[in-house]
Amino acid sequence: MEILIQQIVSGVATGAIYACMALAIVMIYQAIHHLNFAQGEMAMFSTFVAWQLLAWGVPYWLAFVLTVALSFAGGIVIERLVFRRLENAPVLSHVVVFIALFAIFNSLAGFIWNFEIKPFPSPFGSGALFGGLMSPHQAGMIVVTLLVLALLYVFFRFTRIGLAMRAAAANPESARLVGIRVGWMTALGWGMASAIGAVAGMMIAPVVFLEPNMMVSILLYGFAGAVLGGLTSPVGAVIGGLAVGIIENLAGTYIPVVGPELKLPVALFVIVAVLVVRPSGLLGRKIVQRV
Amino acid sequence: MSVREESSAITAAGKPVSRFGARNWAGIVVVLVLAALPLFLANFTIFQLTMMLIYAIAILGLNLLTGINGQFSLGHGAFYAIGAYTAAILMEDAGLAYGWTLPAAGIVCFLSGFLFGLPALRLEGIYLALATFGLAVAMPQFLKLSVIEPWTGGVQGIVITKPDAPFGLPLSQDQWLYYFTLVVGLLLYWFAVNLVSSRSGRALMAIRDNPLAARAMGVNNALYKSLAFGVSAAFTGIAGALGAIVVQFVAPDSFTFFLSVALFVGLVVGGVGWLPGALVGGAFVVFVPNVAEHFNKALAGAVYGVILILLIYLMPTGAGGLVRKVADFIGRRMKSRPDR
Repeated sequence: MEILIQQIVSGVATGAIYACMALAIVMIYQAIHHLNFAQGEMAMFSTFVAWQLLAWGVPYWLAFVLTVALSFAGGIVIERLVFRRLENAPVLSHVVVFIALFAIFNSLAGFIWNFEIKPFPSPFGSGALFGGLMSPHQAGMIVVTLLVLALLYVFFRFTRIGLAMRAAAANPESARLVGIRVGWMTALGWGMASAIGAVAGMMIAPVVFLEPNMMVSILLYGFAGAVLGGLTSPVGAVIGGLAVGIIENLAGTYIPVVGPELKLPVALFVIVAVLVVRPSGLLGRKIVQRV
Repeated sequence: MSVREESSAITAAGKPVSRFGARNWAGIVVVLVLAALPLFLANFTIFQLTMMLIYAIAILGLNLLTGINGQFSLGHGAFYAIGAYTAAILMEDAGLAYGWTLPAAGIVCFLSGFLFGLPALRLEGIYLALATFGLAVAMPQFLKLSVIEPWTGGVQGIVITKPDAPFGLPLSQDQWLYYFTLVVGLLLYWFAVNLVSSRSGRALMAIRDNPLAARAMGVNNALYKSLAFGVSAAFTGIAGALGAIVVQFVAPDSFTFFLSVALFVGLVVGGVGWLPGALVGGAFVVFVPNVAEHFNKALAGAVYGVILILLIYLMPTGAGGLVRKVADFIGRRMKSRPDR
C-alpha cells in the first residue's frame, strides 16, 4: 500500500511535467487546429534563453518574466513570418514545416549552446516534502501548472480578447465579419503557446537537465496527456498529463514486463487506446459536422 | 482534366489516337538514365543511389496510403523496420537467400499494417498522425525488448553478408544490388500504377474524397482502408528488407522516428498523390541532408529546415504539382499555335 501511494505521488510529480507540456499543446491546437510537433523544441530553446540570462547574472524571477515575454514575441514572429503564408496550404505542408522548425531549433540550440548537459536552477529550493515523497520543486511545478491553467481560464472566460480568440478559432468567417482580426488572433495563440511552453521548459529543466534533445520524449508524453484529456480542453490537458504520469509509474512498478525501457510505449498505448475508445478524449467536445 | 481529354480526342478525330504520350516517353527516359547511371559512378555514389531507390519504394507505399487513400502516417519507419528485421532474421537464422526475403517481408508487413489499420479506422487526420507517430517512436524500444533478443540481437542488431552478383555477371556488389533494387522498384511501381487505376484504386480514392458517398456507392470503407494500410506497409516493408540487405546491418537505433519523418517529408516534397514523385522524395531524403551538411556542419539541421520551408513555399503541392503546372503551361503553348 505504501509503495502504491509513493508511486502515485511520484507519478503526479512527473505528470506535472507532462501536464505543462500538454497545456501548451492544447493552447496552440485551440488557435490553429494543428498539433505543433515543434512545440517541444520551441520550449527547449526558450529554456536555453533563460539559462543564458541566468548565466549573465539576471535574478531568477526577472529572467523568468523576460524569457516568457521573449518567447511570446518569438511565437508571434514565427506565425507572422512562416505560417501566415501557409494559411490555406494543406495540412501535410503544415506538418512538414513543423518538422522543419523542429530541425532548425534543435540544431540552432546545439550550435549556440553546444550539446553538453547543463544544470538548471529551481526557484523553489531543495529539501523534501511529504516525508520525502516529493521535492519542493515538484510541488512548485504542480502549483505553477495549476496557476497557468487558472490564468488561462480567466483569460478566455472573462476578457474581450479571450472571447475574440475563441470566436476566431471556432468560426473564422463569422469572426471576421464581426470585426475580429483573425490573423492576429492566430498569432496571439502562437505567442501564448510559446510562452506557456517556455514556462513548461523552465519548470522541466531542473528535473531532466538542459540539453537540446531534452524535450523529444516529453513532447510525446505531452501529446499523450493532451489526447487523453481531449485536445479541446485545457483542464483535460492537465488532468490527462497527470494521469499519464501516474499510469506510467504504476505500469513500471506493477506490470513485470514493463521495465523502464517500456515506459514510453506505455504512453503510446494510452494514446491509441484512448483514441480508439473515446476519440475526443476524456473532457473534449465532440465535433459534429454537417454534411 | 476530362475537358482536356475530350478536346484532344476531337482534334485527333481523323487520325488514330496515339496512346503513347509524352508521359510514357518521360518515364522511359528516366528508367534509361537510372539504368545507365551506375556504369559511370563510384561505389559509394552507387550505394547512395540504391538508398534513394529504396526510400522511393517506401515513399511509394506511403503515397498509396496518404495520397490515394487519404490516411496520414507519421509512422511508416516502423514498417520499414519490421521489413528490415524480417529480412535480416530470415537470412541469418533461417539461411534464406536474400531474394526470397522480400516477399516474406512484404507478407509480414502487410499483416502488421492491416492489423494496425484496424484500430486506425476510428482515427482521422491529426489523430491518426499522432497514433502512427507513437508507433514510430515505440518501435526501437520494442526491438530492444529482451524477450525477442535471441532473434533480434538486442541493441547489437544483426550483421548481414552482402550478396555477390549471380551468374558471374561482371558487376560489383554495389552495382548488382543497385540493379536488383531498380528491378524490384519498377515491378512495385508497375503494381502501384495498376492498383490505382483499377476498381480497387477508384474505391480507395473515393474514400479519400468523400467517405460517405463512397459508402453509399457500396464501397466497404473499413475493409478498403485497412487493406490500404496493409498494402502500403507491405511496400515499405519490402523497401526495409532491401535496405537491410544493402546496408548489411540492422539495429534498433537505425529505425528511430526520424526515419518515419524523413519518409513523410519525402512524400510531401515529391507530391502527395503523384506516384512518380516518390523518386524525387527518395532523392530528397538521401541527398538534401548531405547538401545541408556541406553548407555548414554544425548548423546542418537548421539549413535542412530552411531548405524544407523554402521548398514548401516554392512548391506547395510538391514536385508533382510543379510538374503538372509546367506540363499545363507547355500544353497550352502548343495548343495556341494555329498550325497544330
